[in-house]
Amino acid sequence: MSDVIKLRKGLDIRLKGSAETVLETLPAPATVALKPTDFPGLTPKLSVKPGHEVKAGDALFYDKYHPEVVFTAPIGGRVASVNRGERRRILEVVIETDAAAGSADFKKANPDELSAEEVKEQLLKSGLWPFIKRRPYGVVASPQDKPKNIFISTFDTAPLAPDYNFIMEGQLGTFQTGIDALAKLTEGKVFLGVSEKSVFTTIKNTEIKQFSGPHPAGNVGVQIHHISPVNKGEVVWTVNPQDVLFIGRLFETGKLDFTKVFALAGSEAEKPKYLQTLLGAPVASVTDGRLKKVNYKQRIISGNVLTGKRVKSMNYIGFYDSLISVIPEGDEYELLGWASPGVDKFTASKTFLSKLFPKKEYELNANLHGGERAFVLSGQYEKVVPMNILPVFLLKACLVNDIDKMEQLGIYEVIEEDFALCEYVCTSKIKVQDILRSGIETMIKELG
Amino acid sequence: MKFLKNFFEKTEPLVQKGAKYHWLHSVHDGFFTFLFVPKHTAKTGTHIHDYIDLKRTMSIVVLALVPSLLLGMYNVGLQHYKAIGELVSAGFFDLFVYGLLKVLPVVIVSYAVGLGIEFAFAQMRGHEINEGFLVSGMLIPLIMPIETPLWMVAVATAFAVVFGKEVFGGTGMNIWNPALVARAFLFFAYPAQMSGNSVWVALEKSDVPVDGFTGATPMADAAAGNINFSAADAFFGFIPGSIGETSTLAILIGAVILIVTGIGNWKIMASTVAGGVVMGIILNIFAGSQGLSPEAATFFGIPFWQHLIIGGFAFGAVFMATDPVSAAQTEKGQWIYGFLIGILAILIRVVNPAYPEGMMLAILLMNTFAPLIDHYVVQGHIKQRMKRAKITA
Repeated sequence: MSDVIKLRKGLDIRLKGSAETVLETLPAPATVALKPTDFPGLTPKLSVKPGHEVKAGDALFYDKYHPEVVFTAPIGGRVASVNRGERRRILEVVIETDAAAGSADFKKANPDELSAEEVKEQLLKSGLWPFIKRRPYGVVASPQDKPKNIFISTFDTAPLAPDYNFIMEGQLGTFQTGIDALAKLTEGKVFLGVSEKSVFTTIKNTEIKQFSGPHPAGNVGVQIHHISPVNKGEVVWTVNPQDVLFIGRLFETGKLDFTKVFALAGSEAEKPKYLQTLLGAPVASVTDGRLKKVNYKQRIISGNVLTGKRVKSMNYIGFYDSLISVIPEGDEYELLGWASPGVDKFTASKTFLSKLFPKKEYELNANLHGGERAFVLSGQYEKVVPMNILPVFLLKACLVNDIDKMEQLGIYEVIEEDFALCEYVCTSKIKVQDILRSGIETMIKELG
Repeated sequence: MKFLKNFFEKTEPLVQKGAKYHWLHSVHDGFFTFLFVPKHTAKTGTHIHDYIDLKRTMSIVVLALVPSLLLGMYNVGLQHYKAIGELVSAGFFDLFVYGLLKVLPVVIVSYAVGLGIEFAFAQMRGHEINEGFLVSGMLIPLIMPIETPLWMVAVATAFAVVFGKEVFGGTGMNIWNPALVARAFLFFAYPAQMSGNSVWVALEKSDVPVDGFTGATPMADAAAGNINFSAADAFFGFIPGSIGETSTLAILIGAVILIVTGIGNWKIMASTVAGGVVMGIILNIFAGSQGLSPEAATFFGIPFWQHLIIGGFAFGAVFMATDPVSAAQTEKGQWIYGFLIGILAILIRVVNPAYPEGMMLAILLMNTFAPLIDHYVVQGHIKQRMKRAKITA
């Protein structure tokens, strides 16, 4: 193995309630849903109507501007409803599951024996394509892209993140098949970012790079930056580890199997642990009966506490997520909170006494802990961005829509998750991720 | 406390837009959020946020200023009793209470005027009250000579808040350090009252100074060519000067608080001191050269390290130059920014005796140039990034 890439900047937020390595298999959910809103910038076109019978792998909707990119049913059944929001935007396509419906048939093949075109076609048809995201911008890859390299981070350093070493138990063979398929799609390499103790080091057909350091060392964007950064005009692809399994299963069996493991974690989970269910399962199927019974509000998040989406129990889990975090809402006033010594207040700054307990785990809620202000303190963001990027200046360029500056300062290399810690540490409570996304949207609109 | 919360919650609808007492909205909001951290939770973006906020940040800076304030009060009393020749008979409490009674009105005027304007602007603009003035309001009294008339303090504060800050959009948007704008305003608007030897030591009308009393600061003396202070007095703060800037010891305590909590930028402090030392040494070298007037030669010749403990140098380095809004924002830029402040402060102080308060001017000047420094640092960063693109391409 090559040398370890050591990152110093960053921050591990020590939250209470990481998932115990216990796996519970849930019964198949009664409904599942695919949410076009999980794909930034997508204009969905429906291929089905409520009432249609579908098999796993039948298209539900497709990308208006890339009709070959289809989004398929994770499981067979009947299309129950298409839920729309403001201006008839499609929010969810819900399927009533029916185990008897089965999966559409695809070619069962060893990816090594297929051509790149065949692999690509199989992924597009089966609806596995959307699991491939591209940098710049962190959106679904375009089939016309010629990716310089493909990157997979096999560990997650975000607060309460699931442990992929545990999830992968017994599935490394399938993972290898998935990697072999992906390797066909690039003329460059497939890079695996691994942590210190990793089961992934046995995976072949890849180049393995070990990273150490606090969050965001596990972010694929950070790893790309240190392995082979994205320059103007270049495209790289990224895939999440569990999604590689879907690809592996497709080639091994010729069928789609979207069985997926989620970690249920956070201080509000009764027993934080791993749960096996389906992609697009309802939030309630995972959280019902598994949260602490309390007399204050709880916040359920699909994803981690830094980048996840807030969901209600009647919603569905996000497409790319492997984690359900539950924390207290914290919508209460706190008397002179800014003046308290703060033994139980986790902070990245050095202004609370909690700094004296470097190992303690904390229960954090969703309160902002202060009002939003103009940008005042300097040097905070830089401490949590382990990249050769000046976050404040990039964000300022985003605010004023200065395309040249955004380009020069590194907009191609980052997405929201890479700057999420900036938002966490910000004294002025500035919405860093929103600003960055608006900058990215400007770039997509102006330059495509 | 429940009662207070209920009161504020109940009155909240009354100050909303369109309601009867809307004109009190920012006052209501200001006091409510001061007493209670609001219950707002994250709507978008990260779901958790750090416990630190601007109130905490600013209150730590105010805390760091307290030693300077207390020692400043004591020194005001000390200088007063020394001037009237009764130092021997006056006890510690006499000195301190005298200073307290002299300094407190200045602090109150500064806060009352400044916060009043802040509240009004917050109301007009419909935004929340900014905590920035909590610090400025304390800095302004500390850099005033003790005999500054209160009305001047009020005018200077008003000028600083309105033209130093609010016209740019409030805390976070200002170009110059507002407290220094107040000081500079007085310095240039009322030169007759603000310089000379009569403002530095508190004297009542009936007081008769002892023989040989001039009231001059060591800085003024030094500019005139006679050095008559002991380094120990200058370090502990027993010399005439602006209220809070005389005691290097108290300032150091403040610096430790700022650095330990990470609120103050140690890089700027260190580079400012480095700049001051370098310039001090350069001047020492030229002290013996021909063509210098005897006064200048004396001032050139004072040991370089003594520049750090007289005048406003230490106070400026720790509390003024480090103001994150008006300082450079890039790390490299901060080193350059601080270093140049140090150089310029000593240069102005020694070479141009008309402006003994070189620190104030040096910081304001570098505040002006901070965006330029940042611009070049960012350009350098971009160039380095572009080079990478070419190598890998």
